[in-house]
Amino acid sequence: MNRLPLTIAGTNPIRVIYLMTLFGLVLSGFAQMPIFKRYYIADIPGLGWLAQFYVTHLIHYLAAIIFIGISAYLLVDYLMVRRKQIRLSGSGYLRAGLLAGLLMTGIMLVIRNLNGVILPSGLIIFLDLAHLGLVMVFLFTAVTCLMLKKRWTTTR
Amino acid sequence: MQTKISRRSFLKGGVAAACSVAATSVPAVAKTTEKGQQLATLIDVRKCVGCEACVEACQESNVAKFPQPQKPFPKMIPNRVPVEDWSDKKDVTHRLTPYNWLFIQHATVDINGEETELNIPRRCMHCSNPPCVKLCPWGAAKQMSNGTARIDSDICLGGSKCRQVCPWKIPQRQTGTGLYLDLLPSMAGNGVMYKCDRCYNRVAAGHAPACIDACPEGVQTIGPRNEIIAKANAIANEINGYIYGEQENGGTNTIYVSPVPFEELDNAIETGQGRPHLKAVSDQMADGNNLAAAMLIAPLAGVAAAVGKLYKNVKKTEGKEIN
Ligand code: SF4
Ligand code: SF4
Ligand code: SF4
Repeated sequence: MNRLPLTIAGTNPIRVIYLMTLFGLVLSGFAQMPIFKRYYIADIPGLGWLAQFYVTHLIHYLAAIIFIGISAYLLVDYLMVRRKQIRLSGSGYLRAGLLAGLLMTGIMLVIRNLNGVILPSGLIIFLDLAHLGLVMVFLFTAVTCLMLKKRWTTTR
Repeated sequence: MQTKISRRSFLKGGVAAACSVAATSVPAVAKTTEKGQQLATLIDVRKCVGCEACVEACQESNVAKFPQPQKPFPKMIPNRVPVEDWSDKKDVTHRLTPYNWLFIQHATVDINGEETELNIPRRCMHCSNPPCVKLCPWGAAKQMSNGTARIDSDICLGGSKCRQVCPWKIPQRQTGTGLYLDLLPSMAGNGVMYKCDRCYNRVAAGHAPACIDACPEGVQTIGPRNEIIAKANAIANEINGYIYGEQENGGTNTIYVSPVPFEELDNAIETGQGRPHLKAVSDQMADGNNLAAAMLIAPLAGVAAAVGKLYKNVKKTEGKEIN
């Protein structure tokens, strides 16, 4: 069986950057809650920035920019080229759906932060909780897929 | 010579002044609500005599919103998490506390060779783009359509992120109250954050905030932000004065006018915990919001890279076919 084109990200540098970006997003995302200082994590030398909310806010945005760029690349590449050889697996659809949900809620929160934008408070609470809930489910799914060796794609 | 007006001396006749201010404030509040514009207040530092009638009125008017913590407080894990308890110090009025959302700062400055005491009412600035609201991880801090920034005491978990991101460190914590007690009281949260909510319920009912109504000197004016800015600039031009709050943190809904530069006032006032400074403040949300523009370009860059790759592959295949 030809295993080469089996994953969307492949074994190329894009996969490494993608995983690093996701790690950065999750870390800086959790840092939006005031927990790293309380639980001594920000006391570890070199991790003090985790308790600086404006710094983690910027890192989250920077990582989101890279994430959006790579996602767009992978999506277009899949639709135009790779779709002929591979297709998304069930767990691939699940993970892509969760990432899409995170992206949508994240974009709404970025809009909320703009000067002059006042979203209804109920919507903001929903977005905050949905963004957090989705990342928890995504992390659980990603770890499960890793343990069960589930791939994003299968051959046609 | 030191110009100092005692609290008692000006309280006489104050009621009449208060009524006239109240009469002018109500239509201004209503007007803003109609236009859906942000509401701002003007604080004319020259006029304040430091009587604290506003401070008293704020406490009286908002007493029902004050915390009623349960004691003993839950044990905190880890135990370095600070307990902040103001419930036995409710009468403190010389700084911001969960039970005191407005206080008067005093500055002795030189005006035309004359030593003058200026009094500066201090509370939340109600930033136009408030970091406390935008960066609250749960949406417990809210911004109303009229620009009022308030913290919902039913949802706030007291993590104090709002205070850390506030350029003036305004919100104040009371431990032992709020939603965290029903969740994981030892592990997460630490009470509720409190600050001026610009008397949102009074304003919703068409009244001016309590501190504005109570002031016998007409120190504060409330109205649509553009009108308040115009008024502040007119006064500043007239007296050769200075403005604070128009540009600070990208613009706030509390505009101070002073006869002396704010750096001078900042040097003259006592600052520290619960006692905010009067320094210049850049827009704290600007860096993030500038990056937001790059988020629009990111997908285009991704698509361009994918199309570029396809184009290169097609070329390569064509090349092979020709050979
Ligand atoms: S002054 Fe501080 S507490 Fe008030 S709205 Fe601005 S950021 Fe929030
Ligand atoms: S606006 Fe209301 S809550 Fe704010 S300081 Fe004045 S009286 Fe207090
Ligand atoms: S703002 Fe008005 S009520 Fe408050 S201290 Fe100054 S003069 Fe007194």
